[in-house]
Amino acid sequence: MSEDKKTILKIEDLHKSFGGNEVLKGVSLSLNKGENKVIIGPSGTGKSTLLNNINRLVPPDEGRIYLDGQEITAGNINKMRQEIGFVFQDFGLFNHLTALGNVRVGLLKVKKMNKKDANELAMKELRRVGLEENADQYPAELSGGQKQRVGIARALAMQPKLILFDEPTSALDPELIGEVLNVMKNLAQEGMTMLVVTHEMGFARTVSDEIIFMEHGHIVEQGPPKQLFNDPEVERTREFLFKLTELYGEGEE
Amino acid sequence: MSSLPNLLEGALVTIRLTFFSLLLGLVLGVPLAFGQTYGPKIIRKIIGVYEKVVRSIPLLVILFLIYYGLPRVGIKFPSFIAAVIGIGIRSSAYQSQIYKGAIQSISGSQMKAALSLGMSKLESFRSVILPQSIRIAIPPIANESAIVLKDTSLAYALGVIELLRQGGYIISTTYRPLPIYLTVAAVYLVMTLTINMTLGRFEKKLKIPGIGIEERVR
Repeated sequence: MSEDKKTILKIEDLHKSFGGNEVLKGVSLSLNKGENKVIIGPSGTGKSTLLNNINRLVPPDEGRIYLDGQEITAGNINKMRQEIGFVFQDFGLFNHLTALGNVRVGLLKVKKMNKKDANELAMKELRRVGLEENADQYPAELSGGQKQRVGIARALAMQPKLILFDEPTSALDPELIGEVLNVMKNLAQEGMTMLVVTHEMGFARTVSDEIIFMEHGHIVEQGPPKQLFNDPEVERTREFLFKLTELYGEGEE
Repeated sequence: MSSLPNLLEGALVTIRLTFFSLLLGLVLGVPLAFGQTYGPKIIRKIIGVYEKVVRSIPLLVILFLIYYGLPRVGIKFPSFIAAVIGIGIRSSAYQSQIYKGAIQSISGSQMKAALSLGMSKLESFRSVILPQSIRIAIPPIANESAIVLKDTSLAYALGVIELLRQGGYIISTTYRPLPIYLTVAAVYLVMTLTINMTLGRFEKKLKIPGIGIEERVR
């Protein structure tokens, strides 16, 4: 196995119920280093739960998850979380900290970096998402797109092995979606390993290596975007993709 | 005019009563707020009942219960201490509501985000929730402080020689209730305004866009 093909994330037979309602009914998938996979599916099919299970913001009931070969379903939770970035639908920015403060706080409090190094690294990540100029602004002073880019910079600063995106553009006005998708596209091109829950078909088609279609707690079908869009094995996949495309458009190339 | 030193002496006792009552309210109120936010259901219920009961009994009745009632079962406090305990317990019920509200007004996704960076629960609370809740709690705490300050006048009924009782003493020798009570009222007014102004300045100094009054109005 070459360095490029190293498995970063491996999920085996994941189950999760809320009350009597089984949301995940045995989901398995894997993600290689530098790969970018997009999860799509109707709402309520457990996509967000799956992401939340990975870094145990919501603990799974059954199944195993490996990060870079190490099982993370048990063991030091805080250390594991440092290595997995998480980008939230509603940003989850810390409102009392500036953009820079948001990106820096994990470096200071978790990685125990000194202030100078943390500042430098945080500024570097803000530059990467195009927000150098906004470093001193508070979340309330930023647009939705800028907030989400701060959220991405905050995840990047921890230098994670993998970033999980939970519908990162769903809370944004349509005209702000592009700037966030562009940042994500650049990350993908730079070789960041990403697992993205989204309805953005353009992003799924042009950026992702593989699309995973989930419904009712199962993975219905997964494969390269071309295959799923043009020649899906399951009729339901074609139906859903058709609906999504109708609803959200083809997206930009 | 000659009565002013005596009144100021009383005012000093009023300030001490206020300070210690608020402090007791804080020491009890913070864990109560924690218990009600993060505790198990049974704890939350018990605290809820405590708050409701304490807030439903007139302060004067609480004070009499502590000062005149408890000695019958062998628990005896000097009048100043009894007053602080009574006013402090009452304030704890109100303060815990303030802290609870302030903590819960910080969105859950910020807590999730802090955890996702690898912070422990405690660190998340310290670095993310606390700095924001303090700012949100300042205006209602200023309000509560002013209320406690005024309510310390009820310690009069336990014989604590605070501002109001000092006024009463002076009236009993001078027979001039109107100017004396007016002076007493003025001293209360000055103290209340001072509290509000100090905390108001504090609030301004700590102000951050998007946190505090503006956000609640929106």
